[in-house]
Amino acid sequence: MKISKDEVLHVARLARLDIAEGEIDRFAEQIGTILDYVDTLKQVDTTGVVATSHATALTNAFREDEEAPHLSQESSLANAPEKDDGAFVVPKVI
Amino acid sequence: MTLHQLTIAQATALLKNKEISSVELTRAVLDRIEAVDGKVDAYLTVDTNGALAQAKEADQRLADGTADTLTGIPLGIKDLMCTKGLRTTCASKILENFIPPYDATVITHLKKAGAVLVGKLNMDEFAMGSTNEHSGFKVTRNPWNLERIPGGSSGGSAAAVAADMCLGALGSDTGGSIRQPASHCGVVGIKPTYGRVSRFGLVAFASSLDQIGPLGKSVTDCALMLDAIAGHDPRDSTSVNEPVPVFADIPDGDLSDVVVGIPEEYTNAKGLDPQVDAAVKKAIATIESLGARTITVALPHTEHAVAAYYVIAPSEASSNLARYDGVKYGFRDKSQTDLMEMYRNTRSQGFGPEVQRRIILGTYALSAGYYDAYYGKASQIRTLIRNDFQKAFESCDAIVSPVAPTPAYPIGATLNDPLTMYLSDVFTLSANLAGIPGISVPCGFSDEGMPIGLQIMGRHFGEAMLFRIARGFEAAAGIQDNKPTLE
Repeated sequence: MKISKDEVLHVARLARLDIAEGEIDRFAEQIGTILDYVDTLKQVDTTGVVATSHATALTNAFREDEEAPHLSQESSLANAPEKDDGAFVVPKVI
Repeated sequence: MTLHQLTIAQATALLKNKEISSVELTRAVLDRIEAVDGKVDAYLTVDTNGALAQAKEADQRLADGTADTLTGIPLGIKDLMCTKGLRTTCASKILENFIPPYDATVITHLKKAGAVLVGKLNMDEFAMGSTNEHSGFKVTRNPWNLERIPGGSSGGSAAAVAADMCLGALGSDTGGSIRQPASHCGVVGIKPTYGRVSRFGLVAFASSLDQIGPLGKSVTDCALMLDAIAGHDPRDSTSVNEPVPVFADIPDGDLSDVVVGIPEEYTNAKGLDPQVDAAVKKAIATIESLGARTITVALPHTEHAVAAYYVIAPSEASSNLARYDGVKYGFRDKSQTDLMEMYRNTRSQGFGPEVQRRIILGTYALSAGYYDAYYGKASQIRTLIRNDFQKAFESCDAIVSPVAPTPAYPIGATLNDPLTMYLSDVFTLSANLAGIPGISVPCGFSDEGMPIGLQIMGRHFGEAMLFRIARGFEAAAGIQDNKPTLE
């Protein structure tokens, strides 16, 4: 197998996902198949080729650093699952 | 002809001449949704009251002479463009109750033009999928055969246009997500050049590939919609400040100054259905009959496009989707008292299996020690693919190919086989990697009555050439008036 169960669990932890025990094998197999396919990229000689970051090669987009209209505190918080006194509420961190 | 069957161009003329009102037209479309969407399942949200209010305003503008081309035209919107005050879900449980506090730039443009926004259309969750089976809510069905996929990810948009449940729609295309469903549902769809249309307010999937574009009943309708939404936007720093021509001014007929390239790698592609091959060859003959000269061109890195895409797109997705953490908006699992557990439970319950698969794939590809081997390498191959197209466009004005290797297949066929689904994107995703525009225009039907599309790709910012060839072909082929029978 291209990717082990432990690796799937490690990557899932990095991605803040909790994969159900019964799903791990299926994920490992499906992702392994995809990675095997993706490995064909290694056959291509890319020595000295510059990587593409913007498809039409646009570079820096500058603008003046000026204050502009922005969302109000109220509308920024409107979709919050839990809020209090103008702030987002999260479970205890430490 | 009943009102919901009108094209945008036809409806605009009738509205301007006061032969119909926008309220009548909008009611006809809402009635059509009521009549057939129980079978097709294209809409996630129908905004009946909002649409009728917008139609009344449009009729006012039509009366006082301030109307624009799209004023009073009922359109559908793929449910990943933010609509202020109207639920926007990305077909994901994690955004099931999300009410955007602002409009996407494309929505602002449509509202300014006076278009009527009928509702929000189904899609594969976060636009990840080619079938619409990966929606978190329901599977949209192909109006030509309800047992088959409509394509994806803009499957709801394509199906709604095909079934006359809107006059036109907006979709988005990251690897073929406008063109492939347009092909499967027998409508026209264009992915513009990367940067041509603002992505501000489009929920991000793979930011270097995503592009918004229209789906319509005709080439002209797509040009009319693109005219309304194209242009530079300071709020999207990747949008490009290039002059925008009037796309709807399409010269008629003659293509004798046009050279069309046919890529040898595409004609010999593995898995190409013989009926698709035959329909595309016939379409090329029609384009030649309009005066165009055809030549063979080479796109030698085509065989690596799917692999490069399935590194780049999931990598960018894994980064973009990190924002769904149950804190600022969207679903939160409230059973947990620990922050890390809250994140993990929220995301695992909120995202569907295909989205989780891609997040894991992307996180793996970007994780320590793998970045150069995967994302770095794929981004270099992306340059080689861009160079292939650049070189080909030195000797031709446009490239034609199939859109999808097969007509729409039965629902369920690739559900547990993601790689096979990914491989079906082979003809479309190169355009996203290269950032070039591509249009899908209906070119025939399979023996089983399923639509087949022709893809025409062009140079960066060369949409006008695509509209010209597609419109010439459409008029000569004369198949656009075929309609699915849903009653």
